[in-house]
Amino acid sequence: MPEITIVVDNEVGLHARPASLFVQTAKQFKSDISVTYGERKANAKSILSVLTLGANQGAEITIHAEGEDADEALQALKSLIENNFGEDS
Amino acid sequence: MQKVRGIAASPGIAIGPAFRFERATLQVERHTVDDPEAEWARLEAALKAAYIQLKEIYANAVAESGAETAAIFEAQAMMLEDPELLDTLRSAIFEQHHNAEAALVDASEAYAQALEALDDEYLRARAADVRDVATRVLRELLGVAESPTAGLVIPSIILARDLTPSDTALLDKALVLGFCIAEGGPTSHTAILARGLGLPAVVGAGPEILAIPNGTSLILDGSEGTLIVEPSQETITAYQARRNALTDVMAEAQSHASEPAVTLDGHRVEVVANIGNVEAAHAAVANGAEGVGLLRTEFLYLERDHLPDEEEQFKAYRAIAEVFGTRPVILRTLDVGGDKELPSLTLPKEMNPFLGLRAIRLSLARPDLFKPQLRAALRAAAGHNLKLMFPMVATAQEIRDARTMLEVCRAELSAEGLATPEQLDVGIMVEIPSAAIMADQLAEEVDFFSIGTNDLTQYTMAADRTNPAVSYLVSGLQPAVLRLIKMVIDAAHAHGKWVGMCGELAGEPLAIPILLGLGLDEFSMNPPAIPIAKQIIRSLSLAEAQTIAARALELDSPEAIQELVRSEVDALANF
Repeated sequence: MPEITIVVDNEVGLHARPASLFVQTAKQFKSDISVTYGERKANAKSILSVLTLGANQGAEITIHAEGEDADEALQALKSLIENNFGEDS
Repeated sequence: MQKVRGIAASPGIAIGPAFRFERATLQVERHTVDDPEAEWARLEAALKAAYIQLKEIYANAVAESGAETAAIFEAQAMMLEDPELLDTLRSAIFEQHHNAEAALVDASEAYAQALEALDDEYLRARAADVRDVATRVLRELLGVAESPTAGLVIPSIILARDLTPSDTALLDKALVLGFCIAEGGPTSHTAILARGLGLPAVVGAGPEILAIPNGTSLILDGSEGTLIVEPSQETITAYQARRNALTDVMAEAQSHASEPAVTLDGHRVEVVANIGNVEAAHAAVANGAEGVGLLRTEFLYLERDHLPDEEEQFKAYRAIAEVFGTRPVILRTLDVGGDKELPSLTLPKEMNPFLGLRAIRLSLARPDLFKPQLRAALRAAAGHNLKLMFPMVATAQEIRDARTMLEVCRAELSAEGLATPEQLDVGIMVEIPSAAIMADQLAEEVDFFSIGTNDLTQYTMAADRTNPAVSYLVSGLQPAVLRLIKMVIDAAHAHGKWVGMCGELAGEPLAIPILLGLGLDEFSMNPPAIPIAKQIIRSLSLAEAQTIAARALELDSPEAIQELVRSEVDALANF
């Protein structure tokens, strides 16, 4: 099962607009996608559950994807995080 | 035609229909449902309606305040499509046969509480968003009007019992001509908001205004503090002429906002801003502020669960000082305690909070709070024109104690190799009658005074400024207050020190000629008030203002003083 671990390094973490962008990106794929941070696990297509992860700047999160477009989904989410959600910082 | 009297809270004239702002309460009943399919369909329709509303609000917010601010509504809309939330709702309705309202409240509360439990201030605040969204859906389910402002479609005069900041956030300011509030005093939220927006407001008008039907023709006179219900055509025509004259004065003032405030006989005073964050700093510059007479530092402490550390404060102060370049910025140290509570700081409840452990008293008692702020201010002052001011000083000893702590901080910073300014001007706010009375002694301990008229008035008149029942006493134009102001200015000048004012009075058009005449050197006010204040000063000679001030000191009521100013200063005839 495809899985990546990545550090969220933008200024606010997986909050606010970054969280919205993350969920919107996840929703574009058919695969089931989950995010794990510490002991908490969230459905990547659920804004409420992503917010309740409480992933701050520097949080190391693991993203799992399962389904026909799993690899593309992970690639898209990875590049979103690596590009700091399009923020300037 | 009927005339209702209230308190003048923000000058100007509005003519238009009434709109009553009423907050609806939502009652949720729980019961089991026999037809879950129908219940689910009802909930889905409500979710969809709420989603459409939020998308619309989002689009408006993007246009009005930019994508960053609007993002909150986008996130709220996403919550309505949240697959986890929908699963929870579906199982509550189909498996447990809960009604839609109960299912919604339970599910949203669970998420709100989960967010509140997180160790993150921002995410905890999102709990309010979850509840906001749930309320929006509930209103749809219960068939309660969309929001208290749903019927507000043409520019209107808002009538309400009182307005909270979240209420006024709902109001489309383009549709608000003015405010008339049954309760509240001149320093209530609505009054401050109205002055900030440059809209007329009358407060403390009494509950009878709440019986006025929507659409009733009204004239609101924020200068006189009156509301005229169903005025005659003649009255409307007369007020239209006054309103147009006022608008002309305002427009003229705006076009000269960046020019200095020099009287006809060449006396220059400083007109500066009261601000509380970096956004207001930009607004201040745009309105022609020559610096900052009052930087409130409480913004760093409010709406958060931890105290700001020295580094955070240093960065915030420096960011604001940089907006003003070489122009002065006066930083007021923490003014909390008593009635002003901070979530990050638990203080004992007091019987008389206005007379309790507030402001400088609290800072002196709590070096753990005071020292990081002093250190941050000293560091920010290096290379910037920053001055320091202590609030609520009652005695010379307090100034000496605060200065001692400042020197300790300076020595520590130097020892750590951090830059501190060679010269840092230190002043106090004069807002306790004892400080005004002892001004000649206190002047020896400071570089400047800044008179805080809101508190000085409430302490002098023994009238709580938040209590509408005694709001008729709370005017900075009370002769007793004016006499104290004169004492402070005279005492400071005798010692070669300058005097500013950062209370509401400094920006009140009808007070400006008197304050100018009394010799005030610096006028500090909310940014939108700056252009008109400068214009008033430019329309007068110092000699003329001195004559008006001397006559005002002989009068026995604020109303008589206002009348005097209106009759003596042509530019203020309509204020």
